[in-house]
Formats: sequence, structure tokens, C-alpha cells
Amino acid sequence: MSLEILELRRRPGRFATATAILTLLAALLMLLGGLLDGLIAGSTAAFRAQRADLVVYSSAAEQSLPRSRVTEATRSAVEAVPGVADTAALGVVQLGARVPGNAPRDLAPVALLGYELAPRGVPAPPADGSAYADRTLEADGVRVGQTLQVGPARSPVRIVGWVDGLTYAGQGTLWTTVDTWRSVTAANRPDAVLGPADSQALLVRAEPGVAPEVLAARIAHVNDGAVDALTLDAAIEAIPGVSEQNSTFGQIIGVTLVIAVVVVALFFALLTIERLPLYGVLKAVGATSGRLFRGVLLQVVIITAIASLIGTSIAVAIDLALPPGSIPFDLRPSRALWNLAFLFLAAVLGGAFSLRRVLRIDPASAIGSTS
Amino acid sequence: MNMTSTPSSTASTPALQLEGVRKVYEVGGEPAVALDHASLTVEQAETVALLGPSGSGKTTLCSIAGGLLSATDGKVLVAGEDITRYDPRRLSRFRQSTVGFVFQTVNLVPFLTARENLLVVDELGRRTGAAARRRADRLLEELGVGDRSKNLPSQLSGGQRQRVAIGRALMNEPQLVLFDEPTSALDTATGEQVMELIRSEMGSRGTAAVIVTHDDRITRFADRTVHIVDGALDA
Repeated sequence: MSLEILELRRRPGRFATATAILTLLAALLMLLGGLLDGLIAGSTAAFRAQRADLVVYSSAAEQSLPRSRVTEATRSAVEAVPGVADTAALGVVQLGARVPGNAPRDLAPVALLGYELAPRGVPAPPADGSAYADRTLEADGVRVGQTLQVGPARSPVRIVGWVDGLTYAGQGTLWTTVDTWRSVTAANRPDAVLGPADSQALLVRAEPGVAPEVLAARIAHVNDGAVDALTLDAAIEAIPGVSEQNSTFGQIIGVTLVIAVVVVALFFALLTIERLPLYGVLKAVGATSGRLFRGVLLQVVIITAIASLIGTSIAVAIDLALPPGSIPFDLRPSRALWNLAFLFLAAVLGGAFSLRRVLRIDPASAIGSTS
Repeated sequence: MNMTSTPSSTASTPALQLEGVRKVYEVGGEPAVALDHASLTVEQAETVALLGPSGSGKTTLCSIAGGLLSATDGKVLVAGEDITRYDPRRLSRFRQSTVGFVFQTVNLVPFLTARENLLVVDELGRRTGAAARRRADRLLEELGVGDRSKNLPSQLSGGQRQRVAIGRALMNEPQLVLFDEPTSALDTATGEQVMELIRSEMGSRGTAAVIVTHDDRITRFADRTVHIVDGALDA
């Protein structure tokens, strides 16, 4: 067993402070990543589940689903574009719903979506007047078989089943037919003028072999630029708040990683200073600077691995302890792995600051021969 | 000044040959001569005591002989190998394979057992695994600390620590072992025991030794004593 591993095993107290701080940083990175993904999922899950290549808005809506209106004529024009396999209408309205058994003013915020093409995790559209509810609404007292009264007009919507993890703009969703969505919108949003066959957006599937980007460019010319066609990823990014959330959390995660670099750099710089006499002796008996530096990095990697394991466990425990729907938190393995990879990189970078000091250690210092 | 010290008899290849070695440091922008054209030959199996007061240059000479420092001028040969112009990497390899050191303050690795302190030499050099472990056990037995092989340095007496340090110096089967004030941290009785041990171990192995000291009481353990004053050697 190498010198460095033996030191870690026999003098764990010496590394406890750095390990504890790195553990907190690892847990913080996991929590930040989980909150970011939770918030993003809460805003975008209903879009992310769509089985479409493109989302088409009216160009005047500036890529905003609530502001967009797509008429029947526009839909026909889009369907006529070469490469379009099929289209499906989509609409959303955000309202408060009265839940049987709840106080009259205890409204459950819901996003009612009318759909034709079933997203992943959602059955085919139910009968008019009924809907599938996102399971997060269970926390608001919603149950299967109930009839909710949606919006100020108290439009009845009967719940016929659950769907999981499909929120929109942070709200639980109700998935219903386009006709029901249209009637609920007309009844509760008099300002929202809808024609009998209008929708807010069109979901477009491309024919096999047609690239979505190419098809989007073709659709953009429909009716002299009356529509915007976005790939699904671009449409998700265009949802208000998504890019801002990504940017804000990205900066916080970045600062956390910088702190990790500084912590590791300072800790191992101090440790190296403390070890100067020992390093002098080891160099005197034949250790190269490279060998000693590799030892420093090995210790950095090991304590970062321990910190990552404990930090991730803390984040998973918090995730499990959170009641569903209470906080938008979604700890994803891919995000966790990326954050840990960055943490390792930051720690190694911090450890690398000791290199210059290790290189400068004079083996003659072991024997005190400077005079 | 060019002072030369030579042994009474010469065997095959000397363990150490210093020829006109100078070492000049820069102190406050001014050159300070630590070694002044020093020449010294130490034969195989010979033990030489290098005696001099503090600041006389004896430690500098010892460091140059062991490849810890490079000479400003002159020539340094250890076991026939000319190390005068070696770069730091080659000097590291040279130290791994050819010389052993016993330092004034012992400097064992504090978190390693006695046995592991010997095995460090193997870990840093060419790894021989089981052979190194056998050698470490044998050395500790020969040095009288076999029963303390699992003890940390903090659990050993000063004399035992110095024995372990001697074992570490012998792990790589060196041609030359350099001792820097090996008894300065020990009481008189323990110091004498350690010096007896050094003499017997070096003699039985045919290994040359240079013992740097300012204590002329230990010169009786050496085959020959060389004095050094102001960086110059005198037989």
C-alpha cells in the first residue's frame, strides 16, 4: 500500500477538515443540481414528454404558448409543407380549480392542456369533459373520480386517471381533449378569442429522413412567415424562465466549484508546507518531484471520492425525505455525475497548486546542507 | 587551497572520489566558498569520519558526495559513476540505487511502522516486492529491532529510531552510506552502541561510510579521520 494511502488511513484526522468541507460542497452541488432540474422539469415536463419534432407558434406570439393562436387555415398550410408527416393541436390555460372537500377559497392551481397527440406517459385523449391529472395534484386533495370546478366559470372537469411527472410552469396539469380545453378557455378567459378550430400551437412530426431543422425552415415560410417553427429543445428553452433558471443556477454551481478549487488548493498548500522536511527526506532517498506530486493528487482524488460519496448520500436522503410536490427537486444521475466530474476536476486543479512548492523542495534540506 | 586526503591502501574501484571539488554559494549577492578544492577518496568497506566544527563545510561535502547537491567545480565519482553533471532526475535515480543516508534528526516517516519505513525505499525505487520485504525483515533483525518492526517511530526510543534509519539507508544495498551527525540526538551510551553497530554493519557488508561529526569521540569507530576547516580538507 502506498505511502499516501497509509497516511490517509493512519492520520484521518489530518484530512477531516478538507473532507468535511468538500462533503458539504458536494452535497451543495447535488442540491443545486436537483433544484435546477426540479425547477426546469416543473416548467417543461409537459413539453419534454411530447412525441413531436417541432412546435409551431403564430409568429406574433414570439414563441409564447399562451399568446399563440394557430388557425385551421394555418394548420392546413403547415400540413401541406413537404416533409410534414402529421400535426396535432395543443393548447393550455392556467386556472384555479375548486376541489371537492377543500375550502371554497382553497384553489388548486392547474394547467389544463388540450391535446390530440398523446405525450409519453399520457393515454389517448379521454372523453370530452374529463381529464387525466398530474399526480402532484394529489397533494391538493384531487382524487380520481372527482369533478373539479375549473376557473371563475367553474367549468366541470372530471378526473379519470393519473399521469406522473408532467407539470407545466410549476403547476400540476390536467390533460383533456382540445375541444374541452377550448370550451374551458372560452368560458374562463373571455379575452382569449378562439375560433371553433383554433389551437395555440401545433405539434409537428417529420417524415422519416427529414431533419427537424430543415423542416422548421420550410414551415417558417408558410403564409409569408405567419408562424415560427421550433425544434422541441428550442421550444423548451423558449419557455419563460427556463434559460434564466439555467443561467442563475449555472453561476451558483460555478462559484461552488471555484470555492472547491480554493479549499483544496489552500488545504494541500498548508499540508505541503507542513510536510517540507518529510518531502526533503523522501527526495534525499530517491523520490522524484513527480512521484511526490502524484502522491498529493492521489490523496486529493481519494478525499474527493469520499466527500462525493457522503455528499451524494446526503442529497439522496434529502430527496427521499421531501414530500412529493413540496419542493421542485429532481436528482438526476446524469446531473449528479457531471457535478461530481467537475468537483474532481476542481479538486485536482486545487491540488495542482502544490506542484510548484513540491518542485522547489531541495533534497539537501534533509541534511541541512546550505552552509 | 588544494588539500587532498588519501587512504593508506587502495582497493579496486573506490566507493567515493572527490577531485578538486568546490562549492560556492551566493549569500547576499556575495560568493561564499563552502568547499575549497576538496579531494577525498574513500575505498570500499572503508569508514571515514569527517570531523569539523559547525560551518566548516562537512555537511556540504556529504551532500555533494550523496548527490543531494551539485558541485560548482571539480569531479565527483561514486562507485566509479561520475555524477558531476547529472541533472536532478538522474541524481534521484542515483540516490535510489547507489547511496544511503542517515540524517541527524533521524527523519523517519512518522505514520509508517519501522518495517514500512524501510520499504519506502523500495516503493520509491525499483519495486522488488517480496524480496524487499524479506530484506527489510532481515535488516531489522540484524539491527536488533526485529521485534519492533510494527511499531511507529513515536513508539521507539532514540537509539531504536536511529537503528531503523540505518536499516533504511541499507535497504537499497548502497555502495556508500553517508551519516550526518548520527549520534548528536543520542545520549553517550546509546551513541556508542549506534556507532558500534554502524562499524559492524558497514564492515560485514563491505560498504563504505562517511560519518560527518563534530564530536571527536566517535572518530575511534572510523578507519580514518579527515578534518575539514573552512571548506578545506586536511588528512
